[in-house]
Amino acid sequence: MFDFLEGYDVLGAFWMTVKLTALSAVGSLIWGTLLAAMRVSPVPLMRGFGTAYVNIVRNIPLTVIIVFTSLGLADIFGVTMGAADNFDVQGFRLAVLGFVAYTAAFVCEAIRSGINTVPLGQAEAARAIGLNFTQTLRLIVLPQAFRSVIGPLANVLIALTKNTTVAAAIGVAEAATLMKTMIENEAQTLAIGAVFAFGFLVLTLPTGLLLGWLAKRLAVKR
Amino acid sequence: MSSVLYDTPGPRAKRRNVLLSVVFTVLLALLLWWVWQKMDDKNQLEWSLWEPFTTSAAWTTYLLPGLGDTLKAAAISMLIALPLGAVFGIARMSDHAWVRGAAGTVVEFFRAIPVLLLMLFANEFYVRSTDISSEQRPLYAVVTGLVLYNASVLAEIVRAGILSLPKGQTEAAYAVGLRKGQTMTSVLLPQAVTAMLPAIVSQLVVIVKDTALGGVMLGFTELLNSRSTLAANYANVIPSFIVVGIIYIILNFLLTSFAGWLERRLRRSKKSTGAVLGEDTVEVNPAAVGGTFGTGGEGGGPSGFTFNDKPPR
Repeated sequence: MFDFLEGYDVLGAFWMTVKLTALSAVGSLIWGTLLAAMRVSPVPLMRGFGTAYVNIVRNIPLTVIIVFTSLGLADIFGVTMGAADNFDVQGFRLAVLGFVAYTAAFVCEAIRSGINTVPLGQAEAARAIGLNFTQTLRLIVLPQAFRSVIGPLANVLIALTKNTTVAAAIGVAEAATLMKTMIENEAQTLAIGAVFAFGFLVLTLPTGLLLGWLAKRLAVKR
Repeated sequence: MSSVLYDTPGPRAKRRNVLLSVVFTVLLALLLWWVWQKMDDKNQLEWSLWEPFTTSAAWTTYLLPGLGDTLKAAAISMLIALPLGAVFGIARMSDHAWVRGAAGTVVEFFRAIPVLLLMLFANEFYVRSTDISSEQRPLYAVVTGLVLYNASVLAEIVRAGILSLPKGQTEAAYAVGLRKGQTMTSVLLPQAVTAMLPAIVSQLVVIVKDTALGGVMLGFTELLNSRSTLAANYANVIPSFIVVGIIYIILNFLLTSFAGWLERRLRRSKKSTGAVLGEDTVEVNPAAVGGTFGTGGEGGGPSGFTFNDKPPR
């Protein structure tokens, strides 16, 4: 029944999806946290930069960003991400770069909303015992903020998992790329669609359930 | 501005802030200078590459028709997805377990699948099973993908909107003798729609952004696709990306601002319950599979929204 799968590396394609997701998730968490720190910092210029970045990047379609990394960054500016001779690796790294740039804006907004959930008194108390901005943020506010934004961050992660399919636009051999090839070559459109739908359900549903459970457990009860 | 995290700056803090500002400006300027140099190196600053955008031909031949198709696909998708979403949202709250279960499965399924897969699948389906002309097919496929995904997201927004209403509304409706259907259509839904409006407008941003997928993967002649035709004609890849990027930013920024304005306005109005489904009111339940291309705030509304615990008003 599933003999149409023969000759296609479906697992390999999904493994590529997982790799894209994992690397982009780590990268966007770091860059997103930095952006959030900028957006709440006492320096107006940094706040302005953070706000501008988030508003600009959020309003550009991810597809435009991903296509730009390939046609603009790589072809015109020669940004090859240290893999000038290997087109596949280069495409993968450019895609990750694009996903990080895009997803970080959403991570930043999630973390910022988490910072807003920390009661004013906490930061006042921190300042009263003489902590400065960096210490307050690092020791008092961010740990609590992170615990309260596991839920929203899980949504960002799940959206990122689905968004990695956009890498198909620059030919990265992940799930959507393979589905496009298979669906064009094989007759069983419905079955192929079902296989890939199932793959994404397997990736996203457990992530959502696990992180949802964690979010409930770790949320700071107020 | 004094915030949670820092006090109104004193003399030392002021000096430090100035220093940090200077350092940050220098870093930013270096980055911009590097980009500028790079563009200059690759001759991307030459006027001949930018000049087409000052002529009407580039706009009337490529950009405006592309923008038109983007808006057309987004508008059609929204118009179909909204009633469909309302139906599924209401069905998920049905008293009959089988209706609830079926609607729930459909909604969760289509939210867990990437829009791109839905579009690719729809495209192939139309090739094999219908006789839609090949010029029309990309539009059909894009709209189908967007409708399936966004109807599910809107279903959750509708459901959250109805759940956000005070329980007394339903009780009062029953008390004056309305039936279940009447309660829904004449009491709950109208109020829910007002509460949902900002979230619905925000969802439009997601739809507009997702149309770009059809341009790359299905050859739909929307804005991003028109960009590549334009760039092929004038050999101005970078300028065309910048111009198209700016068009998207302006368009979506207008939509976001409109949603924000609507939200503030609705919050003020005395007629509504005061519950408004905005970006920050909606706390997202992670167990569900939410949000795609506009994750985070923008209507990535999964099952069981929890609202601000503050009572309405």
